[in-house]
Formats: sequence, structure tokens, C-alpha cells
Amino acid sequence: MAGRLIFKGGPTFEGKNFGATVSSAGELVFSTGMMGYPESLTDPSYKGQILILTYPLVGNYGVPEKYFWESDTIMVSGLIVSNYIDTPSHYQSRKTLSEWFLEEGKPILEIKDTRLLTQMIRDKGSVLAKILIDKDIDFYDPNKESLIEKVSVDKPNVMGKGKKKILLIDCGAKRNIRKSLVGKGVTITTIPWNLDPFKEGFNFDGIVISNGPGDPKFAGKTVQIIKKALSKKVPMLGVCLGHQLLALAAGGDTKKLKYGHRSQNQPCIMEGSNRCFITTQNHGFYVSHVPQGFSPWFTNANDGTNEGIIHKSLPIMSVQFHPEAMPGPTDAGFIFDYFLDRIKK
Amino acid sequence: MIHNSIKKVLILGSGALKIGEAGEFDYSGSQAIKALKEEGIKTVLVNPNIATIQTSEFLADEVYFLPVNDFFVEKIIKKERPDGIFLSFGGQTALNCGISLFKKGILGKHNVVVLGTPVVSIILSEDRKKFAGHLRKIKVNTPPSKSAISLKAGLKIGQNLEYPVMVRSAFALGGQGSGIAKNRRDLKEILQKAFSFSGQVLIEKYLHHYKEVEYEVVRDAYDNCVTVCNMENMDPLGIHTGESIVIAPSQTLTNFEYHFLRETAIKIVRSLKIVGECNVQFALNPRPLMPEHSDGGQAAPKNGLEYYVIELNARLSRSSALASKATGYPLAYVAAKLALGKNLTELKNSVTKATQFCFEPALDYVTVKIPRWDIDKFKGAEEIIGSSMKSVGEVMGIGRTFEEAYQKAIRMLDLDFEGAVDERIFKGRLQESLTRELLEKPTPNRMFAISRAFYEKITVGEVRSLTGIDPWFLYRIRNIVDSEIRLRKLLRRDKKKFQLDRDTLLNLKQLGFSDKRIGSLIGLTGLSIRKLRKKLKILPYVFQIDTLAGEFPAKTNYLYLTYNGQHNDVSPTGKDGVIVLGSGPYRIGSSVEFDWTCVNTALSLKDNGKKSIVINCNPETVSTDYDMSDKLYFEELTFERIADIYEYENPYGVIVSVGGQTPNNRAKALKKYGFNILGTDPLNIDRAENRGKFSALLDKLSIMQPQWDQFTDLPSSIAFAKRVGFPVLARPSYVLSGSNMMIVYSDEELEEYLKKASLVSKEYPITISKFIEDAKEIEVDCVSEKGEIKAFIVSEHIENAGVHSGDATIVFPPQKIYVETLRRLRKVAEDVSRALSITGPFNIQCLARDNDIFVIEINLRSSRTFPFISKVTGVNFIKLAVDAFFGKKLTEVAINLSGYNFVATKVAQFSFARLTGADPVLDVEMSSTGEVACFGDTLEEAFLKAELSVGGRIPKKGAFLSLGGEQNKIEFLESAQRLFMLKIPIYSTENTAKFLNKHGVKAKKLYKIHENKSPNIIEVFKRGKVDLAINIVDRNLKKDINDDFDIRRFAVDQNIPLFTNKKKAELFIKALVEVDLRKIPVKPWSEYI
Repeated sequence: MAGRLIFKGGPTFEGKNFGATVSSAGELVFSTGMMGYPESLTDPSYKGQILILTYPLVGNYGVPEKYFWESDTIMVSGLIVSNYIDTPSHYQSRKTLSEWFLEEGKPILEIKDTRLLTQMIRDKGSVLAKILIDKDIDFYDPNKESLIEKVSVDKPNVMGKGKKKILLIDCGAKRNIRKSLVGKGVTITTIPWNLDPFKEGFNFDGIVISNGPGDPKFAGKTVQIIKKALSKKVPMLGVCLGHQLLALAAGGDTKKLKYGHRSQNQPCIMEGSNRCFITTQNHGFYVSHVPQGFSPWFTNANDGTNEGIIHKSLPIMSVQFHPEAMPGPTDAGFIFDYFLDRIKK
Repeated sequence: MIHNSIKKVLILGSGALKIGEAGEFDYSGSQAIKALKEEGIKTVLVNPNIATIQTSEFLADEVYFLPVNDFFVEKIIKKERPDGIFLSFGGQTALNCGISLFKKGILGKHNVVVLGTPVVSIILSEDRKKFAGHLRKIKVNTPPSKSAISLKAGLKIGQNLEYPVMVRSAFALGGQGSGIAKNRRDLKEILQKAFSFSGQVLIEKYLHHYKEVEYEVVRDAYDNCVTVCNMENMDPLGIHTGESIVIAPSQTLTNFEYHFLRETAIKIVRSLKIVGECNVQFALNPRPLMPEHSDGGQAAPKNGLEYYVIELNARLSRSSALASKATGYPLAYVAAKLALGKNLTELKNSVTKATQFCFEPALDYVTVKIPRWDIDKFKGAEEIIGSSMKSVGEVMGIGRTFEEAYQKAIRMLDLDFEGAVDERIFKGRLQESLTRELLEKPTPNRMFAISRAFYEKITVGEVRSLTGIDPWFLYRIRNIVDSEIRLRKLLRRDKKKFQLDRDTLLNLKQLGFSDKRIGSLIGLTGLSIRKLRKKLKILPYVFQIDTLAGEFPAKTNYLYLTYNGQHNDVSPTGKDGVIVLGSGPYRIGSSVEFDWTCVNTALSLKDNGKKSIVINCNPETVSTDYDMSDKLYFEELTFERIADIYEYENPYGVIVSVGGQTPNNRAKALKKYGFNILGTDPLNIDRAENRGKFSALLDKLSIMQPQWDQFTDLPSSIAFAKRVGFPVLARPSYVLSGSNMMIVYSDEELEEYLKKASLVSKEYPITISKFIEDAKEIEVDCVSEKGEIKAFIVSEHIENAGVHSGDATIVFPPQKIYVETLRRLRKVAEDVSRALSITGPFNIQCLARDNDIFVIEINLRSSRTFPFISKVTGVNFIKLAVDAFFGKKLTEVAINLSGYNFVATKVAQFSFARLTGADPVLDVEMSSTGEVACFGDTLEEAFLKAELSVGGRIPKKGAFLSLGGEQNKIEFLESAQRLFMLKIPIYSTENTAKFLNKHGVKAKKLYKIHENKSPNIIEVFKRGKVDLAINIVDRNLKKDINDDFDIRRFAVDQNIPLFTNKKKAELFIKALVEVDLRKIPVKPWSEYI
């Protein structure tokens, strides 16, 4: 079925829909990662966004069972690909990408020149857009509202049986953050983004602040909780949005990137070392001002933006990239180990 | 920087192109030299391969055209005193030489530091047993295996592991001596062959229909590691990666699989302390038996990944060249910088000019590599492909659908295939079981059996179980076939009113169909589809390969065309631009020499104020390095694609005469389409290539030629042959591939030949020409401007006529040509040049007997000998040719043949050992895969060095002589007597032994292989008692049993240097006696010219 992609104030592209007969609007972003579309599509950080995958062949290995997803549903508002593949081949495949999108009521538009779309976003900066399949709808700007509450858990839950107890503030956490920590022998309690753990009397050794969608400045409640934790010198690790929230709580600042970092090949140099790590990233905002008491920890080798901060004396740190990977390279997995090691037990 | 004390570096090259070690090492060596030069480091290169770009004057500071072995390299080290050495840019040849230099203490003695990966790691990675142990230690899976150093031990291992098993030999390139054994008999055969090359073999469990996936890993001295590319073989494990269709990036791996293997590759690379580049190959079970995971379950999918490391190359490789071209990431350049101690983050990405090299390229396209085989060019060679390489070249298609890239690549092979479907292969072979048979037994034609299977409605499942190819690929190929079937149906529905609509046509183009194929499906020509396409505004778009999938604006000129787009990334060059057509895949008869001519043309265009636009599709080349031209189109060399690019770029013109025969073949059509062809008018090219027209021209110019005619039946053929006298040279005027030329000595042979060449008909007559025996063969290479010669050079063959010029030993300056002959040759060249109004390069092949000159062929393009003659004379013939294109009114370059105080010889490299069953005899059909050239103070010195460079050895154990016919025996006696002076045992067949003993040369008689009596050739060869075999045949004698073939083949299979040409063997023996290698001077190129 035919469909259209309409840029706000810009051109229209004709395409072919392989998903649900549903129109959809959001911020149009691109990711250059070549691997792991099931993981990306279920990443809550994509909430409110229409995702263009620059790698042209998508659908190759179908969709695995839920266990392998990063959350319980497709998070993107819509998907744009150059060449949709409806004949997957993999022993873990349970359905085609098209079947999945039909089930979850989201469109997949095949537009041949995804490179042109990418270049337009790159040159003009982030844009709003809509995919029109059946009826016309309004543009929607996800950066004008708080998206976190839409993707955070409703009530706390516990995973793992380890000695170390970690509290995960869920701003839209990818499942593999939990899986990674549990794999390292940690009991992990996931709490909603706005739940004050100090009031609820949780017992924990450290806090991980998760990734999540949108502008960090909408997460005032989480920032307040982090401020409290900072004053109590609780060991903390921020990931992606969690990094931005930690920076804000500690007195730093964040800004929007022109078109974001969404890829699996972002080189990040560890400050004061010769080491560079290839990381997965998915963010539209960045830490523009490193707070007092913290040092820059990682820096993006391509554009020089901040990729991590670390407290000068306390075990409090955060990274803009995804140590849990999924999708993408596993190089930064050591961040979890480093954090856990620094928590004195 | 670690190595800031390094001022001079020695780089080991890979020598001649051979199966398993080809043009990719010209690419890697050239990039390494560039990287070193940028750092102000002096470069010294050892590489006898004179046709390469790396041995050009604009690259290394000093070049030694000498064998890459420890004997010569030690002499060079003594002379040059380098601080460091690069071992990993010249393939297995350089690596083996480096290991030997290290083990013999030569590097230590002369304080030469191995730059890059530590040599101990290289040695570890090359020793299969120790390496497997190392992997086990770091908890990386290797296939259950054991190494053996004897046949007996090997057979026992085979029994214990259970068949089928896979044999791999250590220290061998391109899987030589490898194979899959289904039973004890197979194993015995493979082991025997493997042990003739290598002292150690590894026998492992054969992983049936596993996927094969490889990673190219880069590591710097600070432990930064990136994987630049991963690639998936379409063919399953068991088919060598060099023989497989390979796609980059991988298509059927999930994120977990991809990154688990990536992490494992990096773990291995770190454990080996690689500095530079390394390739890791994995086998992955596509259908492991694994427990089902319920949602949220604890079982990690890790347990389900059944993988093994099957191969590792701690050096630049064919795969790394492919990965470089597939991603735009210059692996060899980066590896060279890292070897100097640089940090990955210090290196600016020369593609984007905005980012740096510490990253992993993101592709927004797919690439498909397909090997080019020429197995049918070798008489008797087995067609089946497997774990040992047979292919001689490769191409890479780039597209935004698999179908587009795959069909492009098939056309790039330059074998007249239009895409995934080809009916001709199956013509006349229509039995029911054929398709399935071709699916199960891998051959170069398997890809066409797949498409045929879908036409025959064989299911994807069945094709998978027969081929082991992942259904993902099969569905894509079926998609191509289905599109054809749909089009055929549309046509059938209403033939009269049928018209191709825009959507259908666009869809076909997006799936990579050529105009010609679309046309042939609906009864139209390619040109009429082109016309329709342009009317409907269906045009391909120009996309960049920018390493970051568009994330950053890139300034790159590395381009491809796609129909899956609607914008162009670059603007046209316009009239400043000149298109240079490259040579396409390397193959028998067209190889790195035409890359040299192409690159030099691109460089010379700059001097003429023009911008070069190179079109080529061969990932092994230097011409496809994006810094060699102003624009690089990694594209097909088909008329359709050249025309697309020409119409888009709107250039000044196109050069067709520097890329060998492929571009030359396009000249006529391009001219006819209205394009500007630089140099000689294509009408005149046609006059030189059309046999009839050419013959008439020679007659008009009173130039002699061997008598010839065309025939459609046997009686008139025989009558002609009798009239001019046997032997005659016969060739069909049309063959699908392989040209099937043959010297025929009798009626019966001619009859047999005609029967075999079943294609002889009114439409396709056979050409028969008089074969002039005992004639000298001479090469004339020239450059002309508007018919006037501006450079003229003559070189001579050692072998008499009857050996293809590509296989012949060529000498410059000529040693045995009369002055009168030279004068006549000049006259011939002048007359031809004027008559055809030649502008640009050309080559004439002549025969000379006494002072008579017969012209046998003229090529109005640069010839195979251009790099050789340019480098030995110091006159760059390509630069002259380009100047001639632009009408520079050149004055002729004086080349005084007696003014050179050296002799240079060019010697061919053969790869017969890899082509099971092929007859390793020099003949009129070309069979060499590469060449080298060496300089010397005498012919003998130059020849000996060259011969040692292509696998020749100084015989120390014994020589075997088999001389057919009385004449050969008498003529060879003097050489046999010389050989006797070497004081090594001489073995001979009965008659030869009798003759030699009678004339004072003591020779031990051996029984022939088929005689089954002792002492037999078999046992003497097998026991390694012979390290020189000479088999000269008298072609006038008809034998019942082809025992000569058995001798030759057995010699090659036992890795014994073999000579089958009398003149060449005589020269070799003379050189053995006269040249003392210990005393000869070691001189770089610059000391000769």
C-alpha cells in the first residue's frame, strides 16, 4: 500500500507501506547502525520518533521472541527503510518485521532514497515529519512534552539474587541494562522515574540512572531524586539520558544536538588515556557544561562533545553511550564492572 | 611515537601474481609505501613483480627487482641498512620470508626491527597446532582437530575424528594443499599432495554447511581495536573464502551473533598483540539445537552460538583488500601508520576529512564479491571448486539492494553474462538431473544453476539442502527470477500491445537488470530499452561511499551508481574530465599490468590539465584506490554503465586503450553512440582486430603474414593445411570462453580438432593459419601521434613461436636480433602506424625467420609489456601516449638498444599446482597467472634471478630429463652435458637415458609411470630425489599413451620445478652453470637505469 513521508515545511516522499494502515507523526531521526533492528525498534529512547535506518536492507532475520527485545513493544512511531525484506532467514525468527508492525499498529515505509532523507536531516538539523497512510494527521513534537512517564515502569520490581543491591531509576531503560547487571551478580530493583527511593526506604548500594527519550529538562522529578542522592554521596552511574540527568542535578547543563548521535560506531576517547572505545549511541541532547566537582571522562572523537563525566573523588559517574550495547559493539561493557568495583562493600 | 628512530624501512612484496596471492598485495604495498613517505621515512621495496604500481618510480625510494627470499633480502639488508621491516604487506610470500629472516637471526644481526605485529605472534598464528592451543587457552573454540607431520599419523587422525574431515596445510597460501576427505582414500590423496608443500597438516572435523563469516580487525599499539568490516560468505564452509561469493556486511547475522563474533575476533587479536591488521574467519552453525527461551528466561543465548575459529591471517590479505574497497576504509594505509606506533585516533579519516580512523564504517549499501575463474582455459583441469583456491581474480558489485549488487557483479566478470540468469550454460545439456547436480557440486556455474532451479520450480528448501546456501540469499535470487517470470507473463498476455510501463521498468532496474537482459526478455535490443528508459526518466544516481552512511558531509570521490535513489551526491565534472576505463577482473591474459597502465594514465591526465574519472570494478587494484584519480566509479565496464557515466559526467572524452582488451572491445559501440574516444579512431581499431580487414591491410602494405583462411568443413581445411604444409594453427572464431587455439600436426589431429570444436558452422567458421616453426617471436611496442611514431621499442622472446607471448620469457634489450631485422621491424611499425593513423599506444607481435618478418597480431592499445618496457628503459610509454592523445606534437624518444649496460628478462609465473588435472605445458594458449622481471649484468644472471622469483630452485638433489624425438635429443645434448657438470644425479626415461649415456652423460633410467616397474618416475619424484624436471615433447610424434602428461602433472603435484620448453630449459641450465649467486652484485633499479 502506498504511503507518504511529509517533512514539516518541506518535501514529501512517496513510499510503500509494509506495516499497519496507520498514519504516524513525530521527530524524524536516522540511525546508521547496521545491526540489531529488533533491539533498536524496542529501545524506549526512540519514543516519539520516526526512525530512518540508513542500512538499506531491513528485515533479514525477522523478529525473535520478546525475550530478545529491549522492551515489550515497538517504541518508534514509524520506520523508514530503503529495501524491506519480507523473506527472513534465521532460526530465532518468529515473525516477519511486517507482521510485527501490523500487530503493533505502526507503519513501515519503504522509500528508496533514505540517503537523501539522512542528508536533509544532517544539513537542516532535526525535523518533524509524519507518515501518512490512511488519513491526514497533525505534526507532533515529542520534545515538547515529557515522554519518560510513557516508558517508565509503573511500580518497582526486583531481578537477580546478588549481594550487591542496585537501584535502577527507569526513565525508559533498555532491558539489557538489567540483564547485564544481573549477569554480574547484582540484585536490581527497578523503580519508576519519579519515585523517591529515599522516602520508600529501599535498601541499596548504588543507583543506575537509565537511558530514556526526549529532552532531559522534562525529567525534573528525577533530577530532584539525583540531587538528593548526590547530597548523600550515593554511588551512581548514569547511562545516556541518565548521564544528562546526573549532569543537570550536579549543576551542569544540556543542549540539543543538531541531529543527534544515533549509530553503533561512535568513537569515544577516555580522557587522559590513549584509549578509544567504539560505542552505541542514541541521543539528541548532550551535556554542554560539565558540572563542578566532576571531570570530563569521555569525549567524542568525531565532534568533541562530552561523552561522560566522573566525580573527582566519589564513585559517581555517567556516560552518554550505551555500555549495555544491544544493538552495537560491546566494548563499553567494562563501565558496569568499573562502577560496581568502585562501590565499596 | 614508539618508532621515531625509524628512518628507513624495508618492505617485502609478494612477487608474481599467482592463484591465491594476486593484485591485492600491490594495493596493500602501495598504500604502505604512501603511508611511510608521508612520515618522511625512506622506503626500500623488494618485489620482482615489474607490472605492479608499487614498483613505480613515484612510490618507493629504492626498488629491488629480486626474489623475495632470505638469501636475496639479506644481501639487500646489508646494502641498505634499514632500521625496520614490513612483513605483512606482501602476502604469504613476504610473511614466510620474514619468518625465515627472523629464525635465521638475520634481522637481529643487522638490527632490523619488525614493525607492526610481533614476529613471534606471526609464527604462532602460522603454526596450526600451536595456534589452536593458544585459542583454547583463551577459551575460543577451534574445530576438533589434530596436526600431523606424516601420512601415517594423518590417516590415524582421520579415523579417530570420523569422516568427513578437512585437511589444511600449514604455511601455505590460499588453502593450497587443502581438501575435504569423505573417506580414507580421499584423505590419503590429499595428504600426499599437502606434504609435498608443507611439513605439517591439520586435520579437523568438517563442519558441514556451516556459515563462514570473517572480520577485519585493526589494532594499535595502545590496544585500541576496531573491526572495519565483517563479511559473510554466501557459499557455506568448505568453499575457500577466495572461491566464495562474499557479501559485506553480513546479512543473516543477528546483533548478538555479529557482536559475539566481533568480540571474539578482538579478543584473539589482543591476545596476539597484533599491531596493524588481522583477519579472523569463523564458522557458525546456522541451525544450532538450542533450548527454547521463554520470555524473561535465564538461559543466555550465548549457549546457543556454535562457532569455531577456522583461519586467521596476521597480515593484510585478499579479504582486507576487499574490505577496504567495500567500506572505503584504507586498511593497508592505516595498518602501516599503526606499525610506526601511531594511535588510531591520531589518523584523520581521509574519506570524510571530518572524522578520524578510530571508528567502524557504517555502510548504506551492500557489496557482493564474485570470483572470476578461468578453469576452462586449462586443458584437463577439474572444474569443481572447494577448499583450495582456483580463481584468478574477482569483482565487487555495489548496490542498495542485494539483487542490484549481485547482478552487477555477475556482469562485471566480463564473461558475457547479463545477470543472475544465463541460459547458454545449459544449452545442449538438458537432462533433468543437471540442475540438481550443478547445485550439489560447486563449480563456477553454480550461481546459474540456482536461478535455473527457481525457473524449474525447485523450492528454496531443496536448493538450500543441496548447496548449503542460506535461504536469505536464495529468496533474493528467486526474487530476480520471479521478476523475469512476471515480465514474460505480461508479454505473453498480449504480445502486440505489450509496452513496458515505468513502474515495471524502474523495478527491474532497481533489481539490477541490464537493459540488454530486459530487452532480450521482451524481444528488444538493449539500446531500445535505454532509449525508453531515458524517455521515462529512469536514470541511475551517483552515490558516494563515505564510510559513515551520510552522517557527516564527506568530500569523497569514491562513487557508484544505483537505481535505488533519487539524488546525486556529486556534480558532473564536465569538459575537464576524461574517463579512463580500467581492466576489470584479473584473469588469464589480463592482470596487474593493465592496472599499472590505467593508474599511470590517470596520473598523466593531471599533467595535461584534465581530471581523471576512473571506472573499474576489481577490488584487488590500485586504480580503485580513491586517491589515484579525481573520481572513481566502482562500476561495471559494460557499454550501458560506461554510457550512463559518460552522459552524467559529460566529459572531454574516454580512453579505451589502457585497460587491456575489455575497454578496447567497447570502443566501437561507444564511438557509434557518439562519444569522444581519445586516440586511434575505433574504425581503425576494428581494421586491426577484424582478421579479414587486417589481412587485407597487411597485403596492401606488403607486410608478410602467415597464410591463413577460414573454413566451414573438414575437406577444405585439410586441403589448405596440406597446401601450406603442417603444422597449422587452428582456432574457432567463436567460443563461449577460452579460445581453444591449437597447433595441429596432421590430418588426423585436424579432424579430431574439428570434431571437438563442434561449434564450427557457416556462422562460426574455423580459422586455420600456417604455423611457422623455429621462428623467433618479437614484441614491438610503440606510441604514435597522428600516425607518426614517437617511441619504438623491440624486445624478444626466448622461446620460439608456439608459446603464447604472455607465457614467454621476454628479453630487453634484444640479444639475438639482426640489425637488418630491426630495420625491417621499424618499417613495419611505421607503415602500420600511418595506415591506421594511430594516436596512442600499440603493440605488434611478429615472427622472424632469417630476416623475414611475419606479422601475427596488432593491438591498438597498450600491451602487457608496457610496464616492463617502461621500467627497463625509464621511458614511461603511458605518459607519452597520454601526451599524444592531447596532440602535444611530441618529438620521438630515442631508444638506443645498444646503450644499455644490463639485460632484463620478464618471466611468467604459473599456478598449475592449484589446478588439479591441468596440463602444465607451455602452448599457444596462455596459462600463466603473473610475471616478474629481473635485471642482470648478463642474460643468464637476469634470467636465473627471475626464474628463482617464480618458484624455480637451484637443483641440488637431482635432475630428470625426458626428451622426445631424435631432434630434441641432439639439440639438447650440449645442455645435458652442462647439467652433468653440476654433479647431481640425472634420471631419464629409457630412450633419453640411452642417448645421454651414449654421449657421455651418465643418466639413470627410470620406468614410466604407466609401466609400473621399478625404478619408476613415481617413486623417485615422491622421495624428493629430483628438484628439476625437464620434459620436452616432439609434437610431430603421435603417441598412444600420453605418458608425458603424467610426468608433467606428477612433477607439478610434487612441487618439482618443471620446464617444458627447450629454449627456456637450455637457458636455465646455462644460467645454473655460469652464474654464481654468491658473487653477483645486488643492485637496486636506480643503479641500472
